[in-house]
Amino acid sequence: MFGLDKRDTGVLIIVTLLALFAPIILNPFPTDSAMAQFNAGYPDLMQKFVIFGIFAIGFNILFGLTGYLSFGHAAFLGIGSYSCVWMFKLLGYNVIPGIVLSILISGLFALLIGFVSLRRSGIYFSILTLAFAQMCFALAYSVLSNPRFNLTNGETGLQVYANDPQWFHRDGLPDLPHLFGLSMRATQKIQVGAWEFQLNAGYYMCAIVMLICFYLAIRIFRSPFGMMLRAVKSNQQRMNYTGLNSRPYTLAAFVISGMYAGLAGGLLSAVDPLAGAERMQWTASGEVVLMTILGGAGTLIGPVLGAGFIKYFENIFSKINDNVLHSWFAFLPDGLEDFMVFIIHPFIGKGWHLTLGILFMLVVIYLPGGLVEGGQRVLGWFRKRSAKPDAKAGKTEPAE
Amino acid sequence: MDKSNLSRRGVLKSGALTSAGLAVPTIFTAQSAAAFTNEPTGGSVTLGFNVPQTGPYADEGADELRAYQLAVEHINGSGDGGMMNTFSSKALQGNGILGKEVKYVTGDTQTKSDAARASAKSMIEKDGAVMITGGSSSGVAIAVQGLCQEAGVIFMAGLTHSNDTTGKDKKANGFRHFFNAYMSGAALAPVLKSLYGDDRRAYHLTADYTWGWTQEESIKAATEALGWETVNTVKTPLAATDFSSYIAPVLNSGADVLVLNHYGGNMVNSLTNAVQFGLREKQVNGKNFEIVVPLYSRLMAKGAGENVKGIHGSTNWHWSLQDEGSQAFVRSFGTKYGFPPSQAAHTVYCQTLLYADAVERAGSFNPCAVAGALEGFEFDGLGNGKTLYRADDHQCFKDVLVVRGKENPTSEFDLLEVVEVTPAAQVTYGVDHPMFAGGALGSCNPGA
Repeated sequence: MFGLDKRDTGVLIIVTLLALFAPIILNPFPTDSAMAQFNAGYPDLMQKFVIFGIFAIGFNILFGLTGYLSFGHAAFLGIGSYSCVWMFKLLGYNVIPGIVLSILISGLFALLIGFVSLRRSGIYFSILTLAFAQMCFALAYSVLSNPRFNLTNGETGLQVYANDPQWFHRDGLPDLPHLFGLSMRATQKIQVGAWEFQLNAGYYMCAIVMLICFYLAIRIFRSPFGMMLRAVKSNQQRMNYTGLNSRPYTLAAFVISGMYAGLAGGLLSAVDPLAGAERMQWTASGEVVLMTILGGAGTLIGPVLGAGFIKYFENIFSKINDNVLHSWFAFLPDGLEDFMVFIIHPFIGKGWHLTLGILFMLVVIYLPGGLVEGGQRVLGWFRKRSAKPDAKAGKTEPAE
Repeated sequence: MDKSNLSRRGVLKSGALTSAGLAVPTIFTAQSAAAFTNEPTGGSVTLGFNVPQTGPYADEGADELRAYQLAVEHINGSGDGGMMNTFSSKALQGNGILGKEVKYVTGDTQTKSDAARASAKSMIEKDGAVMITGGSSSGVAIAVQGLCQEAGVIFMAGLTHSNDTTGKDKKANGFRHFFNAYMSGAALAPVLKSLYGDDRRAYHLTADYTWGWTQEESIKAATEALGWETVNTVKTPLAATDFSSYIAPVLNSGADVLVLNHYGGNMVNSLTNAVQFGLREKQVNGKNFEIVVPLYSRLMAKGAGENVKGIHGSTNWHWSLQDEGSQAFVRSFGTKYGFPPSQAAHTVYCQTLLYADAVERAGSFNPCAVAGALEGFEFDGLGNGKTLYRADDHQCFKDVLVVRGKENPTSEFDLLEVVEVTPAAQVTYGVDHPMFAGGALGSCNPGA
């Protein structure tokens, strides 16, 4: 389907189904149960999943295919966010112009930064991109937010004020980002027994964009252009010796992944109209590297999984506090209850970094191919077990 | 497309997809029937405590969380009641809010606007929080305040000192108990005049971001009104840890007062550098060289150690205050945790109590009713004397403390001494004051 072979079509269909039914899949526990703490099916987190999925997919086009490790991709995320909010301020709350501009501007910046940085490879490339990103951060945080020329609004973050021009805004349109009148905050809550599912307009818009991005990424991976990029990764020197100029290919990959990041930034603003400078900080650049490695660099679905994994920990584990722990272990005798809380306490709440760090180490040490490798091992194990009775049953192909 | 899909199955499938696609907009436009966002229906009500648990202000955040837990205890009727007993409004009965038991969820702002908004959104969307409170920086406070306005819940700001929170960025659903940069300037100026005279030459080092600028602007205006001259104002990057290169030029500038518009770790480092350079022993223009830190906190004083001795600044509240409310709060906080509360703890405790009380008086959790009950509300007994929640900008007006680093501290908590309690009237400004101009309160948003 769509020019993809059977296997890729299968992956695309699985991702599509996951994205469409995410509000249900991510809310496995009844709303009032103690386990509801682990539900992730609320609009903000689902939006973060798919948006950072886009970010990581784009990053993977550069890092997974060419092996160039950019340590400054957050700059494009931030630039995209600022562009989108500026469109809100000037034109109005429709998200389309903002998202288009965020892709264009971040593509432009990626062209400039890539042109300079790609003159070097390896660690020097990483350092150059890091330097550019930190420069962008400093510009956004203080230099470009001085009262005389306020482009970014500094620490407070760029947001829309009531006295902004908003030329195309008229009465009747929501006072929030919207897609031709459909507010990004519009949420339909569905009660099914003890469960509550939230279908959110902003989430579905982001999910559709993510699916398009995912499809494009598959096409890039399978194209001759993608093959060139892989060649760069395996031996760039050899490529150059054969008389092939690899720079245009790497630059194109850099710009494409910069535009993906810009799109992700634009969507972040589209679902929540505030752009802060810390989106550009080096920690944010590091985060996307972690997402890609955690999920599996160079694989199609890996970065999306990695993005979801990290955002889940950031948002769910940081919200578990001692009170919650006490309610979980309330069935134990007092002394034992306190003991269990004492043991788990360092890993939750403010300790979510620690938990994430440990899991990251485990994945990198035991599953160098990331979560995707873990999935493949589990699948392989199942196949081996079921291979004997019936060779065909283990290989269930998704229906076309 | 590699092949057309014109089988019966294919047609059915694409037909189903299309109709699902067409149905999408109509499903999503429907809204729930509740009167306002997260109307509490059961026997409990959920509040969201959004504080920095990691990052540069994690200490303040931890102290805030302690105070929130204490406030919830008191509102639910356990513990000794703390400031509920001294609070001038007696609406709270100790049986929760409107008879509903108070529950809470916590989150980590990381002192980043994005993380803070994500955390607040999860509280609103997932946990059904009807009020969000907390924060230890103005950037975060303004970001979360904007979010609460859009989502239709009340925001009770924690530690935020920038003029913008209730100035340019004020919102109808947001309320600030903490004082602001203008008030710091207005409170400090008379004390500085009596201590150092009216012909001083000041040199400002300012953290290069929104809060730093508003504070510099406020202090500059207040000191120039005394007759002081401002020699120079230099912006320092927020990430700076070594300020030697900024301190050296001060020595040759002819200035005799150094104003450090820094907060947290910045202030600890810049003050330490300034003392190391021997600024405090210097004589310039025939006067002793002086250092001023306009915004002080006990946690900062602790970080700077010996160097804070004799240095003046302003603060919102200090545990050594002798009024009944402060004493009650220090007593119940100390009993529970074993040490005195910080100003951050005090302000969030007050905010929680004020919110609960406003709901009780309004008889509803509806943000508009609560905002109505808070606007123009005058109260006493929460540690800062008579206080007014001004209706026009949702800023509290109360006494401001001018403090000094203690020469002979008796314990690790006894680092500051109160020099003067500046009465509220002296720090009150007009609603149309130029430092707070721009922006509009808008109207309250109940969501839904």
